[in-house]
Amino acid sequence: MERSKIDVWVGIFVAIGFLALLALAMKVGNLTSSSVGDTYMVSAYFENVGGLKVRAPVKSAGVVVGRVDNISFDDDKKEALVTLHIDTRYHFDKETNASILTAGLLGEQYVGLDAGGDTEMLKNGDKIKMTQGAVVLEKLISQFLYNKASEGNDKTDKKAN
Amino acid sequence: MLKTLENIGHQVTDAILRLGYAARFFIYSLSVSGESLRRLPLVIREIYFTGVMSLIIILVSALFVGMVLGLQGYNTLQRYGSSEAVGVLVALALVRELGPVVTALLFAGRAGTAITAEIGLMKATEQLSAMEMMAINPIARVVAPRFWAGVISMPILAALFSLVGVFGGYLVAVQLIGVDSGAFWSQMQSNVDFRDDIVNGVIKSVVFGVACTSIALFEGYDAPPTAEGVSRATTRTVVNSSLTVLALDFILTAFMLH
Repeated sequence: MERSKIDVWVGIFVAIGFLALLALAMKVGNLTSSSVGDTYMVSAYFENVGGLKVRAPVKSAGVVVGRVDNISFDDDKKEALVTLHIDTRYHFDKETNASILTAGLLGEQYVGLDAGGDTEMLKNGDKIKMTQGAVVLEKLISQFLYNKASEGNDKTDKKAN
Repeated sequence: MLKTLENIGHQVTDAILRLGYAARFFIYSLSVSGESLRRLPLVIREIYFTGVMSLIIILVSALFVGMVLGLQGYNTLQRYGSSEAVGVLVALALVRELGPVVTALLFAGRAGTAITAEIGLMKATEQLSAMEMMAINPIARVVAPRFWAGVISMPILAALFSLVGVFGGYLVAVQLIGVDSGAFWSQMQSNVDFRDDIVNGVIKSVVFGVACTSIALFEGYDAPPTAEGVSRATTRTVVNSSLTVLALDFILTAFMLH
């Protein structure tokens, strides 16, 4: 086969290779959703982050408004410090409530933001004061069992009286 | 007793000698590849024969692998009421593992054997010696261009494999079975990470490209210059490439998941 024909085929081959990689990044991967324009950073202390992971979504009313940037342990407060990157298009007031929620019954965990009533908005570097940590299933179960047990005690107490 | 011990020892030293010979061959062909990269038409010609000619087998296999993943994934996931997750399953399986690995296995069978047979025959018909007589370095002229062509072709083929496989999964899950198309794509996009999944898949395929091509080249160059020797070398290429790819895949995955 003549050389120019081979060159054309190899050119096509390399070009569709790059296009395939681009299509994988855009259509299959999260390259488009992870780099949404400019973000501002806010942080929040949580009693317990459960299974929250870096890059987990930050959602408000079910819409992704940002991503978790970093999770660390604050040694002074003995609480987890979570920094969030939030899209500059969205504004939240200072009384916003941040809680760690689970998508579905066994799904991944995300940070949910519920707007409060303050007129001042959160700025870059601010802290969210009202937070609610992840629900730990074991604690919930033990609480439930404890309540049941104390209920049972009440009944036996009444019978004894 | 002594005889068997001697046999074992002989086999071990033989294997180590061959490994050392292969490593020196690999390093030497890297060291002369600057010369062959300056003569780009040689590399382009080899990309045509190893990469472009492998397209059909790669694309058709990818479509079927993706469709089977779609069927099997849906069949299991719908029991747990999460049939939309079939998109995530197909995409992650392809991008992380099946894309690079199956491409490398097919590449070893399609292009690796061709390389081994070609170089083995060149050696058997004394073309390589003739080159040396004309003061042309056969490693720079014959081996290095094929090496770079394989290393360049493999990631491209693997990316195409993953993409076509995802398309095959989409065809079965969305078009045939009727999984919701929006959930299929959005779950896939929120769970496939560019850096952790796609880039790692590309890294794997580059490593497999280096492994498969250098094994094929070495087996061809090392083949006894007889018809039987070339046929054995071709068989060894497929066996050794497949085992190396699977073992390397385990090691790379272990590192990538830390």
